[in-house]
Amino acid sequence: MKDFMFVFRNDPSTLADRSPEEMQASMQKWMDWIGGIAAQGKLIDRGNRLNPAGKVVKPLLTITDGPYIETKESVGGYTMVRAESLDEAAEMAKGCPILLFGGNVEVREIDRM
Amino acid sequence: MENQELIPHLFRTEYRKITAVLVKTFGLEHIEIAQDIASDTFLLASEMWAIKGAPDNPVAWLYTVARNKTLDYLRRDKLFKEKVSGQVVRSSPTDEEIEIDLSARNITDSQLQMMFAICHPSLPVESQIGLALNVLCGFGINEIASAFLTNKETINKRLYRAREKLRAGQIKMEFPDETEIELRLEAVLKTLYLLFNEGFYSAGKDVTLRKDVCIEAMWLTKMLTENPGTDRPPVNALLALMCFHASRFEARTNPEGETVLYQDQDDSLWDAALINRGECYLNRASVGQQLSRYHLEAAIGYWHTIKADTPEKWEHILQYYNQLLILEYSPIAALNRTYALAKARSKADAIREAEKLNLAENHLYHSLLGELYLGIDDVKALGYFKTALGLAKSRADRLLLVEKIKKLG
Repeated sequence: MKDFMFVFRNDPSTLADRSPEEMQASMQKWMDWIGGIAAQGKLIDRGNRLNPAGKVVKPLLTITDGPYIETKESVGGYTMVRAESLDEAAEMAKGCPILLFGGNVEVREIDRM
Repeated sequence: MENQELIPHLFRTEYRKITAVLVKTFGLEHIEIAQDIASDTFLLASEMWAIKGAPDNPVAWLYTVARNKTLDYLRRDKLFKEKVSGQVVRSSPTDEEIEIDLSARNITDSQLQMMFAICHPSLPVESQIGLALNVLCGFGINEIASAFLTNKETINKRLYRAREKLRAGQIKMEFPDETEIELRLEAVLKTLYLLFNEGFYSAGKDVTLRKDVCIEAMWLTKMLTENPGTDRPPVNALLALMCFHASRFEARTNPEGETVLYQDQDDSLWDAALINRGECYLNRASVGQQLSRYHLEAAIGYWHTIKADTPEKWEHILQYYNQLLILEYSPIAALNRTYALAKARSKADAIREAEKLNLAENHLYHSLLGELYLGIDDVKALGYFKTALGLAKSRADRLLLVEKIKKLG
């Protein structure tokens, strides 16, 4: 088994105008998805959400506010899982509800230091 | 109460108190001496009371005899007395005579300290449970052996090793200090939880004995809620969980001693008073920020006390199982979560999730799939039940599966 990180990216502005019902429904989908991974004993760390506010520190000590890359997309959170292969991990990521809301999941193997 | 009932009853309630106080006096390394003195006290009681009848105040009688036996023992064994008084003198330098303090306060303190000592993280869990049954609950070797479905020799060896470990670990009879209470309490709760499950889920045929194990685990947990130092949310949550489970004790076995599954239970046999108490403890647990696995399991237990089979009920149960699994994986939680998914959403959803579970060696996994395929593909369902039957070990599990197969055949 190898360890992988799911990096969730989305455009935070698309999430701003959701109704409480939509947020509730989305929360339930997330819980079902993560719960399904946990039920396989493959969840290492459910991870955290990242607050959309942030700063980027660049060479010459300039600090800018986000966004960090030349798109509106930013990292919204991460989760760590266990899988046999990158393919299996990617297969697990297919169930992630962020895909239903225009976001994406980057799947990366963790090389332990 | 007649003698033949009185003595076993007092043994269950007083043996552990006398033992705890004596261990507190002598130190944990002398736990066997403490147990011997407590046992001798009861032996004398059964001899004397059979001839003269029980005294007016049997508990006071037992305490007096235990105290005298202890002083006799110390007088006979000078070397032991020196060892022990070395410890006692340090704490009460003016007192030459060793005091055996059987006051209510010292009994409670000693029992709590004993609980922390026995559930010390350095002891293997098996030893903890064995010692808990023997020393904290006053179960005899025979009873423990039948609760664990094993023989006396095995239990004797296990307890011997556990006592050795107590000695080797130099574990002290003391209340953990503020910096470590949370971790130590966690270990105690884990053992009490396992102790309860031992009674609740054991394949042992002696239903009364199994129920006694559960009652004892609840009693010990209740003691923790009655002490300000240990009356914390997870403790109340654990007690709530135990109350909810125990409320179904009568309903889950039929008069033939066979298991009755949750959905087939007669809910008029559910113990409403226990459910009520469970709700009280769950309320008391719902303060602060901490959400322990016991909170989640108690919440799941709570929803199970509501018989009506609504999607709302199963949605709650599903979400609590999701959270529980995120906190800590266990095969049984994974299987139960999948069952809840079938009830809250659809069997098809649950089958998809079930097939991802890597639990093919577990008979419950095949039982679950059999259950999920019922009405969708009965041939497949039959196949799963047969596989489950091939893997099931306990008689109760096998009987249930044979029933299911018969219905399909």
